[in-house]
Amino acid sequence: MPQEERPQDHPPLLTMSGITKSFPGVRALDGVDLEVAPGEVHCLLGQNGAGKSTLIKVLAGAHQPDDGHITWNGEPVRLRSPSAAVRLGIATIYQELDLVEGLTVAENVHLGHEPTTAGFVRTRAARATTAALLKRLGHPEIDPARRVGELSAAQRQIVSMARALSHDVRLIVMDEPSAALDPDEVANLFRIVDDLTTDGVAVVYISHRLEEIRRIGDRVTVLKDGRAVARGLPAATTPTRDVVALMTGRDVPYVFPERPAVPPSGAPVLHAQGLARKGEFEALDLELRPGEIVGLAGLVGSGRSEILETVYGARKPTAGRVLVDGRPLRPGSVPAAVAAGLGLAPEERKAQGLLLLESVTRNVSVSSLARFSRAGWIDRATEHDTARTATRALSLRPDLPDAPVRTLSGGNQQKAVLARWLLRGCRVLLLDEPTRGVDVGARAELYAVIRRLADEGLAVLLVSSEVPEVLGLADRVLVLREGRVVHQAPARDLDEHRVLDLVMEGSPAA
Amino acid sequence: MTLTTPAKAPAGEGPRRTLGLRADVRNLSLLGVLAVLVLVGGLTRPAEFLATSNLQLVLTQASVIGVVTVGMTFVITSGGIDLSVGAIVALASVWATTLATQEFGFAGILFTAVAVGVGCGLVNGVLVAYGGMVPFIATLAMLASARGLALQITDGRTQIVTVPSVLDLGVPDAYVLGIPPLVLVFAAVTAAGWLLLNRTTFGRRTIAVGGNPEAARLAGIDVRRQRLFLYLLSGLCCGIAAFLLVVLAGSGQNTNGNLYELDAIAAAIIGGTLLSGGRGTIVGSVLGVLVFTTITNIFALNNLQSDVQQIAKGAIIVAAVLVQRRTARDS
Repeated sequence: MPQEERPQDHPPLLTMSGITKSFPGVRALDGVDLEVAPGEVHCLLGQNGAGKSTLIKVLAGAHQPDDGHITWNGEPVRLRSPSAAVRLGIATIYQELDLVEGLTVAENVHLGHEPTTAGFVRTRAARATTAALLKRLGHPEIDPARRVGELSAAQRQIVSMARALSHDVRLIVMDEPSAALDPDEVANLFRIVDDLTTDGVAVVYISHRLEEIRRIGDRVTVLKDGRAVARGLPAATTPTRDVVALMTGRDVPYVFPERPAVPPSGAPVLHAQGLARKGEFEALDLELRPGEIVGLAGLVGSGRSEILETVYGARKPTAGRVLVDGRPLRPGSVPAAVAAGLGLAPEERKAQGLLLLESVTRNVSVSSLARFSRAGWIDRATEHDTARTATRALSLRPDLPDAPVRTLSGGNQQKAVLARWLLRGCRVLLLDEPTRGVDVGARAELYAVIRRLADEGLAVLLVSSEVPEVLGLADRVLVLREGRVVHQAPARDLDEHRVLDLVMEGSPAA
Repeated sequence: MTLTTPAKAPAGEGPRRTLGLRADVRNLSLLGVLAVLVLVGGLTRPAEFLATSNLQLVLTQASVIGVVTVGMTFVITSGGIDLSVGAIVALASVWATTLATQEFGFAGILFTAVAVGVGCGLVNGVLVAYGGMVPFIATLAMLASARGLALQITDGRTQIVTVPSVLDLGVPDAYVLGIPPLVLVFAAVTAAGWLLLNRTTFGRRTIAVGGNPEAARLAGIDVRRQRLFLYLLSGLCCGIAAFLLVVLAGSGQNTNGNLYELDAIAAAIIGGTLLSGGRGTIVGSVLGVLVFTTITNIFALNNLQSDVQQIAKGAIIVAAVLVQRRTARDS
């Protein structure tokens, strides 16, 4: 990447200054400045709740700022609606993709600006331009005529990007584009970003992965508590610890808590015997002891989440069974699993974990209602106070039990889910991507919480796409490949390289 | 790790007192509409509208559809819909007034009305919760079948009630402190519904299932059983309403409860219950019912045709929802 030739002394393409935005009870943005030059990759860093999402929604025209100015190409502009932003040439690819599953790839790409003749959509033309865009993005294998619902997460990401590029775009905002991608797909993403910037398109890139920012970023703006604490830092040369220090106000990057000196022994609390689901994963044997954290490492699609959900009863196994304390669980029954002391923090927090309209308290108490009620009658004072004890034990912030859970940052929403199971007194915690979308500072905190829960006697089954996370947190690791356990070892005997080899090749590299 | 329940709640740390009232505050606009209507009624027909007998009539008429609306509010809050309520009321009212049923007197009529309502609700619930049918379709099928069965039972004839103890409930002699017994039943159902939705695990689960069924399932709630009970509850309300209607009309007819489904849904929606589920208010629903019943009454007193009434109802639905959308955005 021609770093030196970056036209950073060109007039900026976009200037946002003094942007302020408040929501009830929260000041999300408190006078943020952002300057983006044409053709640069400008990275936006910050912890969850720092204001990144709000800032890009202002940029996309989805939120109206309370105060501040936006200048585009030297002209003051107001982005009154998402379509106003699109007309200027600002495209946003959200983390939660906004595609219509029932429509085809081509229909999604042209949604809202279909090529028409006398009101009839020119399907063939739409497919041709879509095919051209997909080819440019390095994915000619995606058929424009396929329904988006049939595509994988990575392919949907590409379609989203094709949609952004179908407009005459000058600036693309990408919100954690690599979160759902496998390593080789990330490499393709970087190639696309390079192509775009060569054409003079600016990219605002949001990611929690510092190493990515180092690879493709030009400049970095760091947000903290709704303010820009650093602007225009050189992405390649600023030391990691400086960036982390700016984000967190501390200078420790993520630290994994100490493992207990004596490995947990005793009777397994959870025992999966020959558990299998046809087409998803093959016969799995797994023992989980109190105080133990077992990690499942593998690529997207290796059957990791399916295993968790089957253990939890959310999917019915086609073979095998799950024992808790030696007693078999009723297969395919979540209430039975919960009653036996299992708890799940699902992969998709908002879609599967939270009641977004409800308060923090009600999200925490939902699995323990019987505990606060007599003959179905809820004792709300006890509910409120006990839920608060649980959220405080996990330092959930803000400490407002009546706040709607949707106003919390990702990391704190995850804590709300954990508090739910803490309150339930659960004994086996199933964690599916517990730190997805959670920033560096909050991660270390979550790791410490998870280890502490284990130290207090919980058994934890952990799934994560991030190998260092599995290796750093788990006591024992099962490596999965295409629904099969290919290796099993104590975490201290493995390293990232070896796990990646196993995951890719299915056999340990020499 | 387990958390122990704190021995006693520290002062001032309890749930915010406004929580239970929040829905009521949102209903202020609806109260305003009701006040305007009373004003209009009082100005256009001062003698008739404000007469005690007229107010008793309005409340009595509101009772039947009101009880249905309470059940409907639960179903809608859970993200479902029950299109069959009017047909269930019809079927329950004619089954409860057949000659064979009337032989068993008061208890026979009451029991049959409630049992038919619960039975229909059970069928709806099983189809939706365990048959995996979309509520719209399952209850649409029930609407058609229950209406058909009601017609078959009556053969289109009005079934006059001859049991004196039932008829006596509807006459002024039975009024308690000037309040008709039917209205007392409505009040009791409303109070029970409010408590059930806001103070019990059943209500909490209803809201959870409506707000995010997948999250509710993964939180350990038996979503299917909850749905079954919700349609049962709606059926139960229809059964009670059918009994009230039998008392009110002194007869059972297969045309009873015509378009109740629309009135109940409309009342719940203008009251502030989200059609998409996850949020519901019993107080709002009852206010919605009162608004509609009062309009009907004022129009009737002023000798205006029912077509004008329908237009006014439509306008109110639109206006109420627009106002709520605005207040919802501000809150």
